[in-house]
Amino acid sequence: MDLFEYQARDMFEAHGVPVLAGKTATTPEQAQQAAAEIGPKSGGVTVVKAQVKTGGRGKAGGVKVAKSPEEAGQLAQGILGMDIKGHTVGTVMIAQGADIAEEYYFSVLLDRANRNYLAMCSKEGGMEIEQLAVERPEALARVAVDPNVGIDEAKAQEIVQQAGFDAETGAKIVPVLQKLWDVYAGEDATLVEVNPLVKTGAGDILALDGKVTLDGNADFRHPDHEALEDTASTDPLEAKAKEKGLNYVKLDGEVGIIGNGAGLVMSTLDVVAYAGEQHGVKAANFLDIGGGANAKVMADGLDVILGDEQVKSVFVNVFGGITACDEVANGIKGALEILGAGATKPLVVRLDGNKVDEGRAILNELNHPLVTQVDTMDGAAAKAAELAGSAK
Amino acid sequence: MSIFLNADSKIIVQGMTGGMGSKHTALMLEAGANIVGGVNARKAGTTAEIGGKELPVFGSVKEAMDATGANVSVAFVPPKFAKDAAIEAIDAQIPLLVVITEGIPVKDTAEFYNYSIGKKTRIIGPNCPGIITPEESLAGITPHTIAGKGPIGLVSKSGTLTYQMMYELRDFGFTTAIGIGGDPVIGTTHIDALEAFEADPDTKAIVMIGEIGGDAEERAAAYIKEHVTKPVVGYVAGFTAPEGKTMGHAGAIVSGSSGTAAAKKEALEAAGVKVGKTPSETANLMREIMKDLQK
Repeated sequence: MDLFEYQARDMFEAHGVPVLAGKTATTPEQAQQAAAEIGPKSGGVTVVKAQVKTGGRGKAGGVKVAKSPEEAGQLAQGILGMDIKGHTVGTVMIAQGADIAEEYYFSVLLDRANRNYLAMCSKEGGMEIEQLAVERPEALARVAVDPNVGIDEAKAQEIVQQAGFDAETGAKIVPVLQKLWDVYAGEDATLVEVNPLVKTGAGDILALDGKVTLDGNADFRHPDHEALEDTASTDPLEAKAKEKGLNYVKLDGEVGIIGNGAGLVMSTLDVVAYAGEQHGVKAANFLDIGGGANAKVMADGLDVILGDEQVKSVFVNVFGGITACDEVANGIKGALEILGAGATKPLVVRLDGNKVDEGRAILNELNHPLVTQVDTMDGAAAKAAELAGSAK
Repeated sequence: MSIFLNADSKIIVQGMTGGMGSKHTALMLEAGANIVGGVNARKAGTTAEIGGKELPVFGSVKEAMDATGANVSVAFVPPKFAKDAAIEAIDAQIPLLVVITEGIPVKDTAEFYNYSIGKKTRIIGPNCPGIITPEESLAGITPHTIAGKGPIGLVSKSGTLTYQMMYELRDFGFTTAIGIGGDPVIGTTHIDALEAFEADPDTKAIVMIGEIGGDAEERAAAYIKEHVTKPVVGYVAGFTAPEGKTMGHAGAIVSGSSGTAAAKKEALEAAGVKVGKTPSETANLMREIMKDLQK
């Protein structure tokens, strides 16, 4: 899960990372009110910042300086509702103005290739770091971090030295990096990025903008992370699926997909896309029902998929490994019973593997007008695509 | 021959007395695995009857190894206990640890994986179906009924795609099939498996299954180009996956231009690997190779 800037700011503050005051607003009036509270800390100046989970806000006009609370309100009016790279701005953060002397860059992230963490730091912050990494790689220090050691004082020293900071500035940055490590490790993040990390005119170090990605697998250690979820912009079908404990991702297509195992479902999306080329259809979703699917899981899955108006046909693709095909067939049967007249779209079912004969026999006996069985994955994908194409 | 696991492997199960653990211990026994006991500190000294066998329960991996000579552990413990279970196995110097558990925080895996570096334990997983050497042994959850022994080696990030591919090529059979797992940090990699299959005289050809996310397939491609002389057929799932959406596996996500299926296919093909567009096409590519080898 990616956090909004204001959520990252709050998290930084909770871990002792120096940040400036900031308050969120969803209306111009709230923005003006927030600016009236925060402005006096920085000579009446505040910054109105669009809260979107994408880069390039500044260029898109989503970050503006206000010299009065009234101006902050006016600017917020313009920014709220703005579209930035497909993200609609629903919230702005009113931040204290900063007296920036220099801008730096720092991040720590999971390094999949090396199976450890990577800290990156540069004296040249503010700009797109991907661009800096390509154009002037020597200006970006890259330091491996041992997950069992972390960024202690010695590691932080190593990072600032490699980035080429002078001793005085380096000494001020070191404790901030250690606190940012506390955020990374303490919150089970896979990315903590500060761009820019700034030095003020008074020589203080501040994290002016933050990007944090959290590991959903660690939610059991962090009950407070649930509140950080952006429920407002979550697709309603994805929200419904999540409530039912289903692993569902909404896509933009016409063939609903249910399968077992993430790899097989991904593969099913591809096979449907190839088969759908001549019919002008694609997969409508990713849905992995995992092992041991019973009637309830099947019914929940079908319920979510059939709730997608774009869906014209459904492809159930199961390879019974641990899952037994007779259980899946009973699941489909039970789901059709539960859904009753609510089931209106054709179902193409491909069963293979464990107890395939029993599974196919159950569906043959059911002889439901909406259900078509096809023996192979490719054949079933073609059939589902054809049905979706003709219903389009 | 086989890689990492054979008929002589003595297997213990961490979490054997739990629901998943006992169910799959029975299935492993059915597959012919030599299960010699389980580990559960709270039930040490007792026995558990699984699959018609009376299996001793030990207080620790070390105790189990001392008493039975076990050299493989399969862990079915819940995510929050997985790191401790792995570290216990690494400290006991078990040669092979297979972590089946899904949903382990990546921080925990990064910690126990890095802890294992320079020590004696090879880790497979986490979040994987484990490893099967058909007709000899099974350390994991792969159904033993799909395919028998044969000349193909298989390595895959995905469990069900492993099963699907074994099924497609069941007329040939497998030396060993390994599911390495779909998490961002895993122990044994595609490259480790490729290296072992290359060295295994009974493996005549290799199927490698990847999926979106990370650059493991690209690195495997570079390795194949330099070090693998046996024919390799590849498949990558997720060509149509959109950017920024996690597809079920914690590691299966396209971020920016990195981790796409197209980039992986291109890298593999540049290394001389024939890549199928679908599982069935991939199986057919392997079929042609096997025909040529059998001439």
